[in-house]
Amino acid sequence: MKPLDPRLMRWARATRVFLITTILAGVITTAAIIVQAMLLATVITQVFQDHASLEQIWPQVMWLAGVVVVRALLAYVVEWSAFHSSARAKSQLRMAVLDHVVALGPEYLDSRRSGELAQLTGRGIDALDSYFARYLPQLVLAVMVPVAIIAVVITEDLLAAVIIALTIPLIPIFMILVGLYTRRQVDRQWRTLGILSGHFLDVVAGLPTLKAFGRARAQAQTLRDIGDRYRRTTMGVLRVSFLSALVLELLATLSVAIVAVSIGLRLVNGTLDLYTGLFVLILAPEAYLPLRMVGAQFHASADGIAAAEQLLDILDTPVPAHDALTEIPAKDAPFSVTLSAVSVVYPDRPVPALADVTFRAAPGRVTALAGHSGAGKSTALRVILGFVAPEPGTVRLQGAAGDDWTPATATRDSWLEQIGWLPQDPVMLAGSVADNILLGRPSAGIADVRIAARRAGLDPETLSQIVGEGGSGVSAGQRRRIGLARVLLRDAPVVLLDEPSAALDEETESLVVQAVAGLRDKGRTVVVVAHRRALLDMADEVIHLAAPDPDDLTAPAEQSVSLPGLGR
Amino acid sequence: MSTVAAERAVQPGEPTPLPSLLPGAPGSPVWRVLRAARPVGARLGLAALLGALAIGCSVALLATSAFLISKASLQPPILHLQVAIVMVRAFGIGRGVFRYAERVVGHDAAFRSLTDLRIAVYDRLAIIAPSGLGAYRSGDLLNRLVADVDSMLDLYLRVALPYAAALLVGAGSVLLLATVVPAAGIALAAALLIGGLVVPALTLRLTERTQRKVAPAMGQLTAETVTLVDGAAELIALGQAQDALDRIRRTDSELTAISGRAVVSGGVGAALGVLAQGGAVIAAVIFGTQAVTSGELDGVMLALVVLVPLAAYEAVQVLPASVIVFARVREAARRICAVIDAPDYTPDPDPVRPLPDPVPAGEFVVADFTAGWRPGDWVCEPVSFRCAPGESVALVAPSGVGKSTVGLGLADMVPVAGDERYGDVDLCDVGGDDVRRVVELVQQDAHLFDTTIAENVRLARRSATDAEIETVLADLGLGDWVAGLPEGIQTRVGRFGRAVSGGQRQRIAIARGLVAQAPVLIADEPTEHLDPENSAAVMAALRRHCANRVLVLITHDRAEADRCDRTVPVRSARG
Repeated sequence: MKPLDPRLMRWARATRVFLITTILAGVITTAAIIVQAMLLATVITQVFQDHASLEQIWPQVMWLAGVVVVRALLAYVVEWSAFHSSARAKSQLRMAVLDHVVALGPEYLDSRRSGELAQLTGRGIDALDSYFARYLPQLVLAVMVPVAIIAVVITEDLLAAVIIALTIPLIPIFMILVGLYTRRQVDRQWRTLGILSGHFLDVVAGLPTLKAFGRARAQAQTLRDIGDRYRRTTMGVLRVSFLSALVLELLATLSVAIVAVSIGLRLVNGTLDLYTGLFVLILAPEAYLPLRMVGAQFHASADGIAAAEQLLDILDTPVPAHDALTEIPAKDAPFSVTLSAVSVVYPDRPVPALADVTFRAAPGRVTALAGHSGAGKSTALRVILGFVAPEPGTVRLQGAAGDDWTPATATRDSWLEQIGWLPQDPVMLAGSVADNILLGRPSAGIADVRIAARRAGLDPETLSQIVGEGGSGVSAGQRRRIGLARVLLRDAPVVLLDEPSAALDEETESLVVQAVAGLRDKGRTVVVVAHRRALLDMADEVIHLAAPDPDDLTAPAEQSVSLPGLGR
Repeated sequence: MSTVAAERAVQPGEPTPLPSLLPGAPGSPVWRVLRAARPVGARLGLAALLGALAIGCSVALLATSAFLISKASLQPPILHLQVAIVMVRAFGIGRGVFRYAERVVGHDAAFRSLTDLRIAVYDRLAIIAPSGLGAYRSGDLLNRLVADVDSMLDLYLRVALPYAAALLVGAGSVLLLATVVPAAGIALAAALLIGGLVVPALTLRLTERTQRKVAPAMGQLTAETVTLVDGAAELIALGQAQDALDRIRRTDSELTAISGRAVVSGGVGAALGVLAQGGAVIAAVIFGTQAVTSGELDGVMLALVVLVPLAAYEAVQVLPASVIVFARVREAARRICAVIDAPDYTPDPDPVRPLPDPVPAGEFVVADFTAGWRPGDWVCEPVSFRCAPGESVALVAPSGVGKSTVGLGLADMVPVAGDERYGDVDLCDVGGDDVRRVVELVQQDAHLFDTTIAENVRLARRSATDAEIETVLADLGLGDWVAGLPEGIQTRVGRFGRAVSGGQRQRIAIARGLVAQAPVLIADEPTEHLDPENSAAVMAALRRHCANRVLVLITHDRAEADRCDRTVPVRSARG
């Protein structure tokens, strides 16, 4: 966590008008505070030394009231511009990250958890409020205000100015030193806090399991032991890291005390007058205030900065180049799908997800992918979609006219337009069931939606049923049927179905089989991942994918081809 | 961190030491959580005092400095100033030192209390889970509950302590000023009340109003983002990703607009604070001058009278920030107390019959038995069956009928109706833990803890040896997989078992049931999602390990059910 991350500063640029307003308000406030100190010193001196009456100092009191009103107005302006500076920067950062995430595509998103990302771009960014709105302007003020005050004090009392000028730089120096010493330990400690809440979550989430095995109560003592152990180590670190605040407070107040005593001693000698003494005394703490506030506001922004660093890391992830410019012409022509010697190795897994797989799925035929869980069936579909680049190997779409495309030669949009895909967990947007089916082909009419719904086993009555964001209000089975209807409506030349009959009863399963048969009869190229008999039986070809043997990474996938079944 | 290994025996039924966190305890949620800190009350009190001394030092520093300078201007012998000089220096050092001590003592106390709070919440959850958890069964809400408990740290450190310190310093400063110039003291009291109560109240209202308006928009933004990220692959495939982004963009600008409208009163609060402080200073100037003119006040004290309000206001300056935290933790406390107050739907019978030890073998007899998440809200028509040791019975129904709920009911984890006996023991008469000593349930969604495979299995029986565990895993078809792992069964499964695949996770959970030695084993869909080969291995292992036990299989697979000694259809109670 850096005090000033240049990457984050880029986003501050969007909001510089408001940042400058905040800083300007801070500078005028400082001027007002200097005037206020002059007025107070004048009033006290006149009453105490010159025995002035209330009437005689009334003009100064009125001025004082004026200064207070100006400061109040400025406080309002600071709040106002603080909001605007953070709102704009946050909004831009949020949308930039989401745009980038979509550009990075499924390859990237597969490795991230959605809840985490939503948290980061939602509340996580919100925690940046105090960074843009208060910390950044305060950083500028922390330099400007002490300089201004020292400049004013110099004209009145050189010695006090020297004391302030010498002690103020000590504060950041000591804080950096203490910070360097403690940062690693503090970071480690926050990770421990994460582990501790993680442990609590783990135990609470597993309560039904613990209870089933009669171990629930015994865990309370474990919680206490871990909590106590955590507290002791944390306090050990905090005792050190609080030192930086101690240094700050100590230097700030002790310097004021030194200034006060030196003023007192020179007043006794008669080398200084009361007005100057009071003026410097009132002003001295103000020189240290902005620095103290920087510390507090950096602390307040810590969560936001941590979130921002993760977001900026996302933004720094380079988008894989899709430099193909040729579009597959938009015509409703059949394509065969060919995988040639395709292997896929995910970077975080030692065993390849697919090893040397070759097959061809032809138009008007149903090609089933079978195999154990983990054998790479879904990965094969993602290869066909172009979301996973095989290494080595190729995937190609071949048309009847001899045209031949790969993800490297066709634009991604036109490639995907040839494909309809039913994933295992179809996406559900807030809206009606019909709206969700329409995602398959937004230009389709309601009549087509009805046909697709019926073929997917959905009751047409339910088309107007409301689906909540993320699919709340519809069952898992219904989601799959909506997903299937979407694919049927899309009516693309190539259809990829990932376990279309999972979680469905036998009656609905037979509807799915009929729908797949209908696609075959229309001459579509159907690739279906299947576990259950009904779909495997109707397939023209079954490709068995075997999970690669971890000991022999070069072993080719076992493949067997069965003859097309006669019964349809 | 080993979750399961380090546990120690605790006497069952040990009372929770925090009366305010017992279900149904009186008082507002925040108050109940605060009272739960009683065991560390002395430490918190000390921290509040130290915090007050820290701020008090800066008030005193300015006050004594003002007095010193005024006095010095009269050019007395330097000896007369010695006391003031020493005091100025002492206060100059005191502030930092007291602040440091306050933070150390306060954090220590807050961490102690947090542990107590965690355990109190856990104890209650252990009693009511899973039926009393209600909506908290979902992962997100559980996550929030854990975060809520953690956030109580802020209740102590950022709300209670600053307010206590402000109260002490405020009262002290007002008293000091009032003894010198009573009217100035009253003015300061008014300013502190505005700064400590009115401005925070304004801020609180603003925060609440903003939250009320912002929360739905924020919720929508989050939901839309989750959909976008989860469904990105399909949305991209459908060419709909840009539309989804535009939807989020619209929600985002709506969110910004809503929060913008609420910011006005925040500015009013800040301005009011400045006016209050300035007003107190001006009042001190006016009343102080009058007192000096009238001779009631020595002129040497005037600087002190004017500067004390300037410094004392610092005590309330942090309070608007405190109430924002307060608004947040109040909600968190409310949710915590709601969980604590959730009814226990599966109370132990009264009186509890002791379980004979050892339990004599006998027949497992279930008659007119049904279960549900709420008493009376039964998921299925009553079922009846009997099953002798070595036999197996299958509860069969399509998905969604509530077979799993019946399984939970048989293990006394949700409300039930009907009879359940094992041999001579009427399981309705014994306590829940004792029921589960007889009836072992392997849940479909069993939780894997973030520890090793071995520890996860050993959860079922502490005395299980590594060799036993390895054998059981091999029986379940995981032998090659375990052998291939560099650390074998000492491999960690990751948080929520994420480091292992779904099928492996499922079979590790089944291994628990095989290692446990309860006379009745209920296996809920043990082969769901497994391929035929592994399903066969799992079923064979279950039968082999239940040679002398009662095996109750919950399944939707007719073929599997037919291989049991008898099948019991489960019919939905909802038609």
